[in-house]
Amino acid sequence: MLRWILGGREAQGTVEKSAALFIGEEQPKNCFTEMQVLKGHFDIVRFLVQIDDLRFASAGDDGLVLIWNVETGDCLIELRGHTQQITAMISYTFIRGGNAHTALITASSDRTLSLWDPDSGNRVQNISDLQSPVKCLLVLVCLDVWLSGGNELCVWNRDFELQCKTVHHSDAGISAMVELPKNFIAAAMDKEIVIFKLNLSGSDIAVMAMRHLADHQDTIHSLIHINDGLFASGSHIGELIIWDSVDWTIQAYEHILWEEPARDGQSEFKLNHQKQIERSIQHMSSDGEYIVAAIGSGLYVYNVLMKSVVAYRRIAHDSNVLHTVLQRLMSCSEDGSVRMWELQDLPLPAEPASSGFFGMFGTFGRSSKQTGPPAKKIPEVPGLRSLELIGDLIGHSGAVQMFLSFKEKGLVTCSTDHLLIIWKDGEFQSQLRSLAVFQKLEENQEL
Amino acid sequence: MIGSPDVVALTKEDDFGDSFTDPCSLPEEFSVPLFAHAANANPWTKTSYAKFSKDFILVSEFSEQVGPQPLITIPNDPKVCGTFDLNYFSLRIMSVDYQASFVGHPPGSNYPKLNFVEDSKVVLGDSKEGAFAYVHHLTLYDLEARGFVRPFCLAYISADERKIMHQFQELSSEFSKASEFLKSGNRKAFANELEKKLKDLEYTRLVLHKETELQKMNNGCYSTQAIEKANELANVEKSIYEHKDLLRQITSYPSRKKKDVDFIQQETEKPADMSVIDDTLNSHHSDIADKTVETESKSRKSSYTPQLIKAKSAKCFDKRLKTMEELCDASFFHQTLEQLNIIEKSFRGDLCLIYTSQIDRALLSKQSVTSFLFEAERDWEYGGTSKNFSISSNNPTVPILNLSGEPLSLDSYTTCIDVDHIKPGVESMEGPPESSTSDITQETSEAADTETKGSFSSDKSIEAFGGVSPSSLQANYFDGLERKSKVSIASPSENASSSVAVPQRTSDGNLVPMDAACCIGQDGFIFEEPLPELAQECCGDTVVNQEPLSFLQGDPALQVDYTFEESALAESPNMGLTFSELNTEEVAKINIEDVSDSTSFMSASTSSDRAVSLFTYGSALTLKQKKKAGHSALRFIRQYPFAQQAIFCLLSGRTLVILGVDEGTVRKLVNALFIFVPNLGKYGETVQPWLSSPFQLTDLQRWKLIGLQRAASPAGSSILHSLNRYSRYISILDCDNKTLRCPPYKGTLVSHLADHRTQIKRGSTYFLHVQGMLTQLTAKAFLYTFCHHIHLPMDINDQGSVTSRRTNFLLQLSYTVEESKIVHYLSELIKQHYIQGSSKGGNQSFCFNYTTSYLYKI
Repeated sequence: MLRWILGGREAQGTVEKSAALFIGEEQPKNCFTEMQVLKGHFDIVRFLVQIDDLRFASAGDDGLVLIWNVETGDCLIELRGHTQQITAMISYTFIRGGNAHTALITASSDRTLSLWDPDSGNRVQNISDLQSPVKCLLVLVCLDVWLSGGNELCVWNRDFELQCKTVHHSDAGISAMVELPKNFIAAAMDKEIVIFKLNLSGSDIAVMAMRHLADHQDTIHSLIHINDGLFASGSHIGELIIWDSVDWTIQAYEHILWEEPARDGQSEFKLNHQKQIERSIQHMSSDGEYIVAAIGSGLYVYNVLMKSVVAYRRIAHDSNVLHTVLQRLMSCSEDGSVRMWELQDLPLPAEPASSGFFGMFGTFGRSSKQTGPPAKKIPEVPGLRSLELIGDLIGHSGAVQMFLSFKEKGLVTCSTDHLLIIWKDGEFQSQLRSLAVFQKLEENQEL
Repeated sequence: MIGSPDVVALTKEDDFGDSFTDPCSLPEEFSVPLFAHAANANPWTKTSYAKFSKDFILVSEFSEQVGPQPLITIPNDPKVCGTFDLNYFSLRIMSVDYQASFVGHPPGSNYPKLNFVEDSKVVLGDSKEGAFAYVHHLTLYDLEARGFVRPFCLAYISADERKIMHQFQELSSEFSKASEFLKSGNRKAFANELEKKLKDLEYTRLVLHKETELQKMNNGCYSTQAIEKANELANVEKSIYEHKDLLRQITSYPSRKKKDVDFIQQETEKPADMSVIDDTLNSHHSDIADKTVETESKSRKSSYTPQLIKAKSAKCFDKRLKTMEELCDASFFHQTLEQLNIIEKSFRGDLCLIYTSQIDRALLSKQSVTSFLFEAERDWEYGGTSKNFSISSNNPTVPILNLSGEPLSLDSYTTCIDVDHIKPGVESMEGPPESSTSDITQETSEAADTETKGSFSSDKSIEAFGGVSPSSLQANYFDGLERKSKVSIASPSENASSSVAVPQRTSDGNLVPMDAACCIGQDGFIFEEPLPELAQECCGDTVVNQEPLSFLQGDPALQVDYTFEESALAESPNMGLTFSELNTEEVAKINIEDVSDSTSFMSASTSSDRAVSLFTYGSALTLKQKKKAGHSALRFIRQYPFAQQAIFCLLSGRTLVILGVDEGTVRKLVNALFIFVPNLGKYGETVQPWLSSPFQLTDLQRWKLIGLQRAASPAGSSILHSLNRYSRYISILDCDNKTLRCPPYKGTLVSHLADHRTQIKRGSTYFLHVQGMLTQLTAKAFLYTFCHHIHLPMDINDQGSVTSRRTNFLLQLSYTVEESKIVHYLSELIKQHYIQGSSKGGNQSFCFNYTTSYLYKI
């Protein structure tokens, strides 16, 4: 790509080795033809939280929380107060006076927890001098309490009063939590998943550890809720475990090995090295039936009900995938791009496996041929479909940390380059503007 | 551009019968009165029997010493008036009506009374001279004048009687503004003068009082000296009383005009001016012997020392009358001159042209929904007191158009005067105000020294006028003006040498010898061309501001360079004089424009980053700049076969990055292409002519045309990285390799706009062509935007059909897919503009398409 700018005549003769996929500029299925760049942060933006249909909050390493309007792109309110980077942010909806209010809870490295009113910008509650910084937050709507996880697990009520907490655990602390039925909580602590139980006796709440699930071989990076009966965890070395939410037994165990062991011996060292980096499950998301996992720089779609792999792509991005979403299959990565995928049925595997395989994956482009998925897996997984890249969003100049979809209103991405971008459907926006024009004409009686 | 004057003037009366009414014809109020088409007469030969070449403004005074005398002409060019007898004409216009204002001792009143009379406005014709004039009489107050009053008149002189008659209302309103500037300045100065006089008188009274006491002590009460002193004292007392009354009258002048913002601004602007005027006033209070006092007081400035004066005023002819500038506050005087220049510019040219431009403006003001796209922004028309324009052609009482801004559509008539006109604004801001004034006062007092008072004959003053050389045109304009306003009292011998220079210069002129003004215009134009831009570029940078001045003062080497470049670059066939039968003056000027284009390019490519550029932040883009860009655009189209693709990118809102090593080349291309950028902004905000740092994503939102430096440094590689990163949003024109990477374009629209085999030779013509095409495009975009049925969904779940209806509509307008993108982009701009109003605030979103780019090579 750089060559033609530098004066080379062969424009796109060779695709660089690192480029996983090149979709080109013709993207008919990509509806995001309008972008709005939001400036306001001074450091990496890591978190996006939706407040309501119109508003979302962003937070990051500068300790600022900004509330934005997704339609206009205006920054509505700046929430200032934290002196250090924000480590967790969650929205908290409660009923007061018959109306639902949404507030924001933020946790920061400065060992404070704050409750913000996004309408007024007030810091409604604040707790400082915590023993350890909070790494994750969880709201239990049914109990109207919320939990903070750091080195210990604390339970708070709506008025920011500490209800109870666990004893000090370990230096690793709690990195993720999910709610389980019957007031149980699963928390990921380094290689273990700890099941806690919240005991309610009158207005008092007590918390106690019920069980330690030590089936992962390495640090758990991702812990998600799949449906009422299942939750999933993913570890640094590519172990994906599906758990039963009630009796905490393993429902499925997948150890995702991108590289076939001893497939080609000459680059063994290199592959071993790669394994450590690339198999880590950084993020997972689920719609109750499928899980999409970001594994290294690849994507992995798993059907929970069938307990089988649906589709995967070993190299979906140029570098690690940081966030995924399943509804409209998308992934964002450290390479600064957001990619949109589509699950497509593969041609019937009637042909001989090997040639059919290469025929199929030829559509992926040159690079995927070079590093094609292991051939042995094909017969193992008969229902395999392919993940086709249908579009990419390029705008950020740093890693895209997270994105948040507002359905037809657009998609918000946040990045290390301090920016947020709202990607919008240009055609839809154009129609909205037309409607606004005619509305204004009517108001001004110029029709 | 709505209409071309040429076309309108040559249109015949309807030959095809009256029954047919053209449905597309303009409404009655926008039609232009047709030229009376008698015997195939050339409409431009009308002025031939007049003794002056074009319209001008004459400022005259009825001097109580020498009678009617001309003071200033605008334009300040002796060639304009030609052999026209200004003296005689001054006599004529001053004799019409100046005694309307009566000041003095009215019967039944003991002390003088000031009459605040309205100005009188008359039309005067002199068929023998072939001159018709709108004459605006006004009176200014002068404490030393007879009856405290000095009659002046401002006259707009034209050979075209119809012009005066038809434009009477406009002329009247514009001249009233000028007159109002003068009068308010005069009131201020008069009040100042009165205050000083009062101080003097009070001081005198004090001294006299002491002397009387002394006399009484020495000689007793009834000695002759004592009685004399007492009488004198009484006189002084009476004088004080009278002056106090005058001061009360002048200060209690109905302040209805003060509401005007300009005036308030003027009042608060320069308190320092007061002292300058004080000096000049002071110096004229007493004799020349007081010159030492004058210089003294100049050093002190702030405080005024009262002087002993005689109670009786000096005789009329013993003193030098104040000049017009002294009568008014200096800033007001300059404002007046500015206003007169504006009037001169806006009423320049044929009546028909004026009509066209008025209609043009009136129509444009109605098109505020779309005019921001390609028309020059004219917020003075939209802002504040926007009137409802309705022009009726045959009615002489045309509603007053607000012409106070730059008369944009008349710029094809610009001469060197225009350039001059811009320059002093900068210089008067920066130059120390005392220096020039002190020069002048010295000069005048010297002149007053040598001349025996009141010995001027009218002939001499005329001669002095005629002696204004073209070289003085190149000098500081205001200096020139001030000098000319004094010329009537300067010795004629001073000017003799410079007046000789005139014929020499005309013989140099290689263009149209019959009109010497053209040649002078050309010289002036070429030498001064880069000035306003330079001056604007480095406002406040005194070092650079000096540069053009020294250059002007005739460094022969430089001038040689310039002429060399001029001839070297005249390779384009622009110099043809085939249009000479049309309007020689205009042709000459257009050629000049073209040539100056080339020279400015040349200098741009060779010199530093001070290189002449159209884009200087903070300065508004003028139509003139755009017309010059037309020339560059024409060259671009001829040189680059992929010009159409580049223009398509700009029109469809895809940012075009011009990448190159050499700043001059890049800027040149930016200058060539900026006229195609929709919604350019008043100051060209959407264009970044030269960027040497990597651009950000947000820059793509802001800028639609970027000149980018290619450098072999770390910064350069990060620039390339950003280019690569955002390559899907931009098109890249590589100056050095002569390549363009952009989406493909197929269609006829842009090829009409940018045909490399175009027959159009001149930049300004091409600009008008582009404007015409773009206006057409804008009209389509307007139609597309406001067509109800294609945008509103039939029911709620109807998004798809809206899309298809839109597509079909554009296809019906016979646009290809690519051209639809242009219309779509313009339409989005119109919508955003309409929804948000003209305010550019808010976070704009940035639209793009996913299309493959191709690499085009020469």
